[in-house]
Formats: sequence, C-alpha cells, structure tokens
Amino acid sequence: MCGIAGVVDFDAALVAPELLHRMVGMIRHRGPDASGVYTDGPVGSGGAVGLAHARLSIIDLSGGQQPMPNGDRSLWITFNGEIFNYIELREELIRKGYQFATNSDTEVILHMYEDKGEECVRYFNGQWAFAIWDAKRRRLFLSRDRVGVRPLFYAQQSGAFVFASEIKSLLAHPAVERVIDLEALDQVFTFWHAVPPRTMFKGVSELAPGHSMAVEDGKVRIWPYWRLEYSNIRHQMGEEECAGRLLELLSDATRIRLRSDVPVGAYLSGGLDSSVITALIKQCSETRLKTFSVTFEDAEFDESAYQRDVVDFLGTDHQAVRCSHGDISGAFPEVIRHTEKPILRTAPAPLYLLSRLVRQHGYKVVLTGEGSDEFLGGYDIFKEAKIRRFWAADLRSRCRPLLLKRLYPYLQNLQAQSDAYLKAFFRVDAAALSSPFFSHLPRWDLTVRLKVFFSAAVMDEVRHADRYGELKKLLPSGYPQWDGFSQAQHLESTGLLPGYILSSQGDRMAMAHSVEGRFPFLDHRVVEFAATIPPRLKMKVLNEKYILKRAAGRLIPPSVRRRPKQPYRAPDARSFFDPLTGTARHAYVDELLSRARIQKDGLFNPLAVQKLVDKARKGRVIGAKDNMALVGILSTQLLVDQFVTNTERIASDAGN
Amino acid sequence: MPEIEQEIRQFIVDNFLFGDKESGFSNDDSFLDREIIDSTGVLELVAFLEERYRIRIKDSELVPENLDSISCLIRFIDRKSRATD
Repeated sequence: MCGIAGVVDFDAALVAPELLHRMVGMIRHRGPDASGVYTDGPVGSGGAVGLAHARLSIIDLSGGQQPMPNGDRSLWITFNGEIFNYIELREELIRKGYQFATNSDTEVILHMYEDKGEECVRYFNGQWAFAIWDAKRRRLFLSRDRVGVRPLFYAQQSGAFVFASEIKSLLAHPAVERVIDLEALDQVFTFWHAVPPRTMFKGVSELAPGHSMAVEDGKVRIWPYWRLEYSNIRHQMGEEECAGRLLELLSDATRIRLRSDVPVGAYLSGGLDSSVITALIKQCSETRLKTFSVTFEDAEFDESAYQRDVVDFLGTDHQAVRCSHGDISGAFPEVIRHTEKPILRTAPAPLYLLSRLVRQHGYKVVLTGEGSDEFLGGYDIFKEAKIRRFWAADLRSRCRPLLLKRLYPYLQNLQAQSDAYLKAFFRVDAAALSSPFFSHLPRWDLTVRLKVFFSAAVMDEVRHADRYGELKKLLPSGYPQWDGFSQAQHLESTGLLPGYILSSQGDRMAMAHSVEGRFPFLDHRVVEFAATIPPRLKMKVLNEKYILKRAAGRLIPPSVRRRPKQPYRAPDARSFFDPLTGTARHAYVDELLSRARIQKDGLFNPLAVQKLVDKARKGRVIGAKDNMALVGILSTQLLVDQFVTNTERIASDAGN
Repeated sequence: MPEIEQEIRQFIVDNFLFGDKESGFSNDDSFLDREIIDSTGVLELVAFLEERYRIRIKDSELVPENLDSISCLIRFIDRKSRATD
C-alpha cells in the first residue's frame, strides 16, 4: 500500500523534483519503506510531467520500486493498492508475449494498459488508485477502484493538473488554495460526507469510485467504467443455491486477498462479518492467524465478550487495544488530520488506535469484514425502511409501529414515544413515500438539524431550494424501477460507504499507521452476485444478512451467529467532556470551541456552540443530534485549525 | 400564564435552538413542523416539565396534542397541575 502524487504542468519545461518530494513527503505515513520521483519534460505541447510515490512494501519486496516504467520506458506508473488477480493476469500476458522484469502487480497494470488501453481496469480484481504517464500519447491516465477503497484527489490550478492520495499532498503545491467549501460543509452536515467530486476544499476534487480519467492536451475527461445495477435480480434463486454460490465466491475472494509477501492479520469486531472472514482465512492457511480488536472501558460500547468467543472458537493469536474516553479525545486531532473532513461520530478514533497496535506488532496487512452490511443487507437503515413501508401500508395498525421500537432496543428515548411522534420522526408520510430517498430521510432529517449551529454567514451561503439536488443528479437511470430495498442499498453503498466507512473510518485510519486493509466482501464478484440476490434472502422478514448466516453460520461461534446486531459505535460527547468534573479532557477542546475562536473562524454561531458546550459539561448531551453536533463542530474546527489557520502543524509532517 | 410561557420558551431556545432567538417561533408553531424537536428532545422536554412543574407525565400522554407547541404545553401543564391539586 502506498501514497501517490503527481503534476502535469501545461506551461512549464520541467516539474521540479523538489516539489514532488514535498508533495509525497506529506503522505509518508502511507508508504514509509521507500520513495521515488519521475520527471519528464518538456513534452511538446503537453508541458511537463512528474510522478511521485511513497512505498509500503508488500508484494515483490525487492523489485516493486515506483514510479515504474514498462520495457521501452514509454509508460510510467505510480500506484496505490493491490491487484489481487495479478498472478492470473500475468500468466495470460506472458502467453501473449509480454516480458516481465519484476514479480509485482504494478508491472501487470502497465502491461495490461499496453494490451487493453483504458479498458484494462475492467479486468482488475482489486483496490486501486493509480496514474500512468503515457509518453507516446502525451496523456496521463488515472483510475480508482470500483467501490472506493483507495482515495484519489485532484486539482486544476493555473495551468497545472495535480493529483494525490490525500488532500494534504495537493495543498503542498503552491497553486492549490486552502479555502473551505461551504457547500461541502453543508453536505457533511446532511449526508455525513461531501458528494463527489466535491471535497471540503474549494478547487480540490475527488475522483468518484468506479471512474477513470485522462488528462490530455490540457483537457480533462472523466468517465465511469463500472456501475452496480439492481436490474437483474434473480427472483427464482433458491436459498441453497444462493448460499452455496455466496460462500464459494467469498472463499475465493478471501484466498486471493491473502496474496502477500508479508504476513497478513485480521480485525475482529465480535460481529458476524469479521468472524466469517477470520474463519475463511483459517480455511486457507495452516499458520496461526493473528487477530486484532478494539475494546472499550465504557461498557455501553464494549464487545470484548463476543470477541473472546471468536478467538476461542477459531484459536487465533489475539491482541486488543482498550480505549478510554481520554484516549479517544487524545487521538482526535490526529484523526482529523487524516480524515481531512469533519466527522459526526468519534467511531474512527478507536480504529486509528487499532492500526497503531497492528503496526506495533509488525503487521502491515489486515483483512476485515467491511462491505457485508451494505451489499448483503445488514444495516438497521434497511430494516427501518422495511418497517416504515410496512407501517405506511396500514397506518391505523397499533402493532406495526412497535417494530420500530424493537429495532432500536438500545435507544432508550424511543421506547416511550407515541405513534404520532414515531410517524413524524420516521417520516411515515406521503411525501416521504414518494421520495427517491425514502430509506434515508430519517437519518438526513436528523442530521440537517445540526445546521442550527451554522453561523448566519454560512446559512446565507448554503440556502437551497432542494437540499438533495446534487445527489439526485447522480442517481442511475434505472433507479426508479428498482425495489425499495435495492434503492436503499444503492444509496448506502455509493454514499456513506466510500464517503465515510471506507475513507474516514477505513483507509485513512489504517494508513495513518501504514496498515493496508483488504475486504473480501468488496470483491467485485461478490458485490455483483449480491446485487442479483432477491431482497427476501438478504433480509428474511427482519432477519438481516440471512443468506450470509445461512452460507457461513456454521463456521463461527453460535453466540455470534445468534446475537442481535450491534452497530459499531464509540462514546461521543463523553470522550471530550468529563461530566463528573465538568471539564474538557484536553486543552485543545476548550481552545477550539471557545467563543473567541468560533467567532474568528466564522463557520458556527458562538452563542449556540457555547450552550452546547455547557450542556456537554453537565453530561446532558444524550441524544444523537447533540452528540453529532458536538463531534461535527469540533472536527470542523480541527480541520480549519490544521489545514487553513495553522498550516505549519501539517507541514512539519513532511520533514519526518 | 406569561410566566410559564416565558420559561418554556427559554427552555426551548436554550436546549433545542441553542440560543437562536432570531428563529422566532410563535406560541402555536409546531415543534415537529419547525424541525425543533427530535426523539431525544421529547424526553428532555418531559424531564424539564416534570421537574419544574412537579407533575408526573404518563407514557400515554406523550403525544403531539399535549407537547407540540408552547400553547399546547401551557394548556397541558394547566390541566395536569389542577389534576394534582
């Protein structure tokens, strides 16, 4: 796993190697083992080009240096990620006469590009962000994996095209400005993430998952090469057949994700998905597997009992990191330096501490259960939408709304609510039923309430007639014909999955400590098959991920198979303020939330923030809205502090 | 009833609008329609009413007809207080 960066300067004769070193220096955490730059220019009317790479050595430890050329040095690549089927692709290419100088997957990409051109990415099974400089055609070709495991950002400023794995690397280029995009802030405080190509920084764009782009003759072209459709559901598929095929695909997805020249470990959450993956790894390998997990001092969030069951059942060599409230707030500034966007929950912070533990034990690669909830139907939001539709079909029913209470047994405040309130909070109304975003309206409705904390100036900037306008434009043409379950899956797997789960909670937290995550549930064969499974097998009545339990349930402890699903969460407001003493756990919290500082930064209303902080000091921040507001405001303040106001705090990283 | 009205208004402004008096809502404005209250908010409001006005509110009384505007609340508290007396 690695960090990549590069520049095409349409006017200059050369891209300065020092600039490339500075850019890639900002993301050395992604690749501490080696670094390299390549420059070419002047390149006729195309200007000059430079590529940079920070390497974390995992496959072909001695031969995989980058940027890497092909045989005649007409193609140069800088690549972050893994192509897991590189062995099979390599054999085919050799049969066709291609010659290889290394055993790396990087060289396979180069020859695949020579063989198939831009279409090459369709043959890859993996997780990637890369750029290839095609010197003959004077063209830079960039691509990002199907679901958005690996990040890729770019900017076009004053005659230059700049790209990198992380935004901090782009900001090292003198032409890229550091200005917060208020529309993006508004989107984060609605959807939990900005809608690509938008990012938190004006002028900085994200290449959306499943897309490729080309930079040629000063022009940029972007196109999707993959899109998941729910138009081919096989309604007649039997349970037996479906479970068998799913297990077969998952086993193979796991097997090829163990390809590595360094040892591979696994994350254990105590839930179904990571337990299944751990069990599948065990079936592929004789050596004792090393597993890692997060535990919490705060019993409300701790799942260590289930984790122990899995460890005992599968006999893994296990390590855990125990998180206190203070650990979470202590790590939080670093967490935001890596997420590069505000977050509304602290849940990424424990995963930052977890990847540090993995690294301390000498591991660079872990497999995890990410993606199962999205593609196999595990999330509460799918169940919630199903119950809401069921209730809407008979609004006078007294029993149907009770299902909503059963869905969230851990939300005390829901238990006492009357039907009339439940109808309002869960949007069981005609307007919601006709919305393309039916499943997600309760979540988004709650989140937009955080905007009460925006300053008047920000509110003036972000007033919209239609708050879902940008998102509507991205819906696929077949979307209105899909069933409600599939629509919800689409929204979740193209929205929160890349925008938060795989980035803020995934790639960024793992790569902060040079750890690469691999996700068998996100193998595109698994994902494409899952899109053909009828919703009734994904969620049988209200039994989530039914088909996965059917396929792999016998591989994991009965306690884990039978347990009610618990979403992964971490303590929020309590991590920042100790209600016993009424004080902040760290000085930066007081500083960044102070009246003066909020006033100066201008994004939030100082009086409102003051009242929220007072509430948090007294331990009275209990609901989802207030907790999200506190974490969202503090993380936004940290973002501004580290990326806009006090940039030297970031710049010091480059010297490390 | 101007005193109760003021107290309730202050509570709503401090706890749900976080001091945003600008948002100006009338005594008859619905907390639900104005997106002022969420599911936790209902319970925060109930805890406040029970403590401040020394009343006990039953689960069956947690309905918008009783709680969804300042006017509703004033009538509800009045009714409950008289029942207690």
